[in-house]
Amino acid sequence: MNEYLKKVQSIVWKDIIIELRMKEMLNTMLIFSILVILISSFAFGTFNQEMTQSIAPGVLWIAFTFAGMLGLGRSFISEKDRGCLQGMMLAPTDWSAIYIGKTIANLIFMSIMEILTLIVFVVLFNFGQIITSPLKFVLITIVGTFGFVSVGTLLSAVSVNTKTREMLLPVLLFPVIVPIIIGAVEATLSIITANGQFWGWVRILVAYDIIFFTVSALSFNYVIEG
Amino acid sequence: MEKEKALGILSLIAISTLIVISFLIKSPFFQQNGDIYRMLFFHVPLAWIAYLAFFIVMISSIFYLKKEDRKYDNYAAASAEIGVIFAALTLITGSIWARAEWGVWWRWDPRLTTTLVTWIIYVAYLTLRGSLSEERKARLSAVYGIIAFISVPISYLSITISLHPQPITGGGGISSTIANGLIVGVIAYTILYTYILRIRKNTFESHDEVQMIEKNRRRTNTE
Repeated sequence: MNEYLKKVQSIVWKDIIIELRMKEMLNTMLIFSILVILISSFAFGTFNQEMTQSIAPGVLWIAFTFAGMLGLGRSFISEKDRGCLQGMMLAPTDWSAIYIGKTIANLIFMSIMEILTLIVFVVLFNFGQIITSPLKFVLITIVGTFGFVSVGTLLSAVSVNTKTREMLLPVLLFPVIVPIIIGAVEATLSIITANGQFWGWVRILVAYDIIFFTVSALSFNYVIEG
Repeated sequence: MEKEKALGILSLIAISTLIVISFLIKSPFFQQNGDIYRMLFFHVPLAWIAYLAFFIVMISSIFYLKKEDRKYDNYAAASAEIGVIFAALTLITGSIWARAEWGVWWRWDPRLTTTLVTWIIYVAYLTLRGSLSEERKARLSAVYGIIAFISVPISYLSITISLHPQPITGGGGISSTIANGLIVGVIAYTILYTYILRIRKNTFESHDEVQMIEKNRRRTNTE
């Protein structure tokens, strides 16, 4: 088990080093998510406190998922370059290690993007004032992002094999993550209004995370084998 | 081929019977809005068979990954196509009915919304099949076929909770005659589904065969 974790760790480390040297994915994701927030605030016009409260969760999660989609789309393109994926597959370990490593790396990138986006969001939408419990918000963000990334990493590996490459990823991913978007937005709303079923949504999202992480890890072998 | 012919005739008879029955059954509960309730005998079975078709996609996908037999992939593709068409018809008939019954074309009701989301998922599934190369198509779409179906119940659950629905079904509305009509409908559409499934599967098999022949010819030509 320890050996396995070491392999997972080295894949995560590899992705982080690539990102530190290229500074490609994170920058694009971050600028894009800030743009989404900016454009939404133009599109919905100026609004009062009450409207901000009802719109904020939606805008925030659209920014997170759209920017996350950009990052996930790139995730396996670099592995296809000059047979990198084949190289990793030759390593003496179960291929699910590649999946878990990539998932963790994507999770790290998305979390950094989310933290930086939140700073902008707090300034533009006065988010720090309207939220009642920051701890609950951190929890729902972690749970929601994990579900998004675990399905997203698998489907990213699927979509790089298509003729249109990453163009197909949003079409494949968005309908499947409907529960995540609904759950995360509703839970965030319930934190703002301080009523609603926050824990109920957390339970659904945790169930989603467990189910999809397991299924993805199990079926990842079939995806890269072909 | 004989089997297909028999199934075709059988499904013709079954659907005709369903049409006749739908005109015969009277329901005082639904009749207040005119004859539009007769749509029920087509709308509900279509929805059931659409979900059955999607379930078959998942089962065939699992079998394909286990056994690597092209047969199962052909079943999955055929079933997904039928499911998408049946789900589209469900949405259309439902929309027409909603217009008569509720006065609007669409309502964000959990069942409607889930069917819409499911329909989009399987349209995406067919798009994925279309843009994969021949040797990878079966395996990758099988993985998506499994992921897709697992998400349906969770979507339904979260949509139901988020919409705070009021139950619309009038408890006494479904009388036993209506229920009998629905059973006939489900049987008729199951036969139709089996019929189209077999025909499409045979088409895909012929397609595979043609490709095999072409590949062999190309090989002999280069030699």
